[in-house]
Amino acid sequence: MFKIVAKEKLSDVIYRTVVEAPKIARKRKAGQFVVVKIDEQGERIPLTISDADPEAGTISIVFQTVGYTTKQLSTLKVGDHILDIAGPMGHPTPVKNYGTVVSIGGGLGTALGRPITEALYKAGNHVIAIISARNKSLVMFEEEMRKISHELLIATDDGSAGFKGFPTQLLQKLIDEGRKIDLVVCVGPVPLMAAVSKVTKPYGLKTIVSLNPIMVDATGMCGACRVTVGGVTRFGCVDGPEFDGHQVDYDELMKRLKTYTEREQEMNQRFASQFQEVKR
Amino acid sequence: MKDPTVCEEGHNLKQQKTPRQRMPEQDHHQRIKNFSEVPQGYTPELARLEASRCLQCKKPLCRSGCPVGIDIPAFIKLIAEGDYAGSARKLKEHNSLPAVCGRVCPQEDQCEKVCIVAKKFTSVAVGNLERFAADYERTNGAISIPELPEPSGYKVAVVGSGPAGLSAAGELVKKGHEVVIFEALHKAGGVLVYGIPEFRLPKAIVESEIEYLKKLGVKIELNSVIGKMETVDELLGNGFDAVFVATGAGLPLFMGIPGENFCGVYSANEYLTRVNLMKAYDNGHVTPILKKKRIAVIGGGNVAMDAARTALRMGTEEVYIVYRRSRTEMPARIEEVKHGEEEGLRFHLLTNPVRILGDEKGWVKALECTKMELGEPDASGRRRPVPVPNSEFLLDVDCVIIAIGTSAHPLIPMTTPGVKVNPRGNIIADEKNGQTTQEGVFAGGDIVTGAATVILAMGAGKQAAQAIDEYVRKKRPALNRAGSGLAHTSARR
Ligand SMILES: Cc1cc2nc3c(=O)[nH]c(=O)nc-3n(C[C@H](O)[C@H](O)[C@H](O)COP(=O)(O)OP(=O)(O)OC[C@H]3O[C@@H](n4cnc5c(N)ncnc54)[C@H](O)[C@@H]3O)c2cc1C
Ligand SMILES: Cc1cc2nc3c(=O)[nH]c(=O)nc-3n(C[C@H](O)[C@H](O)[C@H](O)COP(=O)(O)OP(=O)(O)OC[C@H]3O[C@@H](n4cnc5c(N)ncnc54)[C@H](O)[C@@H]3O)c2cc1C
Ligand code: SF4
Ligand code: FES
Repeated sequence: MFKIVAKEKLSDVIYRTVVEAPKIARKRKAGQFVVVKIDEQGERIPLTISDADPEAGTISIVFQTVGYTTKQLSTLKVGDHILDIAGPMGHPTPVKNYGTVVSIGGGLGTALGRPITEALYKAGNHVIAIISARNKSLVMFEEEMRKISHELLIATDDGSAGFKGFPTQLLQKLIDEGRKIDLVVCVGPVPLMAAVSKVTKPYGLKTIVSLNPIMVDATGMCGACRVTVGGVTRFGCVDGPEFDGHQVDYDELMKRLKTYTEREQEMNQRFASQFQEVKR
Repeated sequence: MKDPTVCEEGHNLKQQKTPRQRMPEQDHHQRIKNFSEVPQGYTPELARLEASRCLQCKKPLCRSGCPVGIDIPAFIKLIAEGDYAGSARKLKEHNSLPAVCGRVCPQEDQCEKVCIVAKKFTSVAVGNLERFAADYERTNGAISIPELPEPSGYKVAVVGSGPAGLSAAGELVKKGHEVVIFEALHKAGGVLVYGIPEFRLPKAIVESEIEYLKKLGVKIELNSVIGKMETVDELLGNGFDAVFVATGAGLPLFMGIPGENFCGVYSANEYLTRVNLMKAYDNGHVTPILKKKRIAVIGGGNVAMDAARTALRMGTEEVYIVYRRSRTEMPARIEEVKHGEEEGLRFHLLTNPVRILGDEKGWVKALECTKMELGEPDASGRRRPVPVPNSEFLLDVDCVIIAIGTSAHPLIPMTTPGVKVNPRGNIIADEKNGQTTQEGVFAGGDIVTGAATVILAMGAGKQAAQAIDEYVRKKRPALNRAGSGLAHTSARR
């Protein structure tokens, strides 16, 4: 059992939860994730380790309530327990001084990419962070990102904060301005990772993306997490989750993420009715 | 000429009045609607009748056919005498998981294959009797906790809780050592819980075996991926005197044919894990599983049969087994093929899948196959299947399960530089004692042999336990008990 020691609501749909998991806290590195199973009936879902405190023996996860399990997770309070947490899973980010790094996060992806950006910042890279959202009120993690970047750029769809447009346009601008860029890191929705990779590919600009395929065990024994990278099937959980953005078959990943849409809708309804009962 | 009806020991084989006793089975119309066990077990009467068929050979062939050398005539004799609990104790002298092995061992290739009675009649039902004795002991609360020696002060880590890890842990704890099993998943048991389905091996049985080990003092740390959370070398540095690696061969192989990543293509491991470990068959559990109409299962082994029979129970209308050789080459147990056939599996033998076709949304819509014929024998001694020209055809399916085998889990070798592997990725370990290329590290089960059987894994665990016992005592003879080991906090407090 893993005890929840802190919880914070970051937006309507995004939460940060801190749990006691001393061994994972000691071992984890940027880019790694845990598998969480809330209770006996629960499913195993992967969540990025967004931060860890080895002394306190805690890890934090930041999650968005997109379906049954993440919604259930959001109902847990400080003092409650999560039945199973396993990790740290996946390869850590290859952290070194590349020179100049552009870190792009979209929505929740900003929080999930934060530990990677932080590690690259500490490794001496010049970090340009780009965060994006639909409008100003949805821009998140700005302060946190400012602390671990040398330049912070914001893009909003409606221009209510920062640049009006997409983060890819900001990236393109940096390239067009002739800025020397050694690495681009993008964590976010699949279309964003695909779009960023499309921008950087013609320039041969090394791009790391962190993929989010559906997983079960996350130990390499099922293959649910198959992704095609460079024409070869790889297991997202043990070979990734980070891959060379130029090699990923994003179209396949998008399709595979829709495998259980029907069931997810059914479970969403179930959550709504269960939650109603709890409230009553 | 010797009289063929009299065996070397002088038993008259003509005198078999009692036929082999069939175990009552759940009717196949009924059973494909549930996940309960198919064979229902002997009654004491049936068991004694069956036990009476054993000739109590002086040089029992069955025993030499048993990979762990169970004293078969002795345990059968105890059943015949009505001492069922005694029979179970006899079994446990050599086999720590008789209720499991009685159900899943390929007896027809082992003890029962060589049983003398089989020369003329059908063999004594060794497996059914083993199951009976073990079930009797469990269901009658007759399980006795053996007296344990004084704590030795040595500490051993076991990585993986499949049959190899469980049997090693049981032996080591009985020698007085402190044993901690580290298991990557949230449940202990290895393939016994995530792979072999409920209708063949009820999970309650595995759980009771694990409870027994816990009663003996074995600690089990779940959610502990060794190589990630802690490495083998760190375990050795943190107070463990030896490590036994029993991580299995759980990595699913794919065929490398086009279309394998369409939605609706599963590895057998994924399909079975979703249903068995995650209990997706029960709507109260959250893990999803696709419920499709027509499923092709590729492969001809136990894993393929388990996946296919599970698919039937999930309400699939048509389940096909697609296997490239003929029925005689199928590695699955005869009993499983028979059960599957009764339940309505359809067999496409001498059929090789070449491509999975999908629709524009990325979903499986058909499996393209080629007909095969058997040619010259290959390295395995089985006749090699060769494609029949222009025999391609489409199998109309909306889901494909690939059950063509698994390979060794690479995590431990990758994170333990001292442990060497062979070209197939299996850990190199001494056949007799499990010693790897690194001092203090032992290995056994599927991670060493490649995918094999429960009984072989169990046997390997037992042998390694013996070697580990000798190793730790020799390494640190004058033991300072007070200074032994760090307290290990449980991952599931
Ligand atoms: C390596 C990795 C790290 C991740 N880190 C985070 C994180 O830090 N915070 C966060 O909010 N989300 C993260 N995700 C995504 C998160 O796992 C899914 O949002 C979650 O599983 C959805 O479950 P649900 O029941 O709430 O929603 P559902 O309604 O079941 O699904 C919503 C969406 O999530 C996807 N999904 C469903 N089940 C899984 C699963 N078992 N594994 C992966 N994706 C699934 C589906 O494709 C679907 O599009 C990560 C995914 C991966 C692979
Ligand atoms: C579907 C199926 C049906 C089968 N049917 C039969 C049958 O009828 N009869 C028969 O005799 N055999 C059968 N087998 C084969 C048999 O189950 C295996 O040979 C046997 O389980 C091997 O035991 P093991 O202990 O070596 O490994 P496993 O049972 O594979 O256990 C290994 C364990 O180690 C854990 N692990 C892996 N890596 C790590 C790590 N890094 N850290 C911590 N833990 C780790 C795994 O999660 C797993 O729990 C079947 C196999 C399958 C898949
Ligand atoms: S089981 Fe068969 S081979 Fe074994 S002792 Fe009995 S009769 Fe002899
Ligand atoms: S999630 Fe099962 S192998 Fe990756």
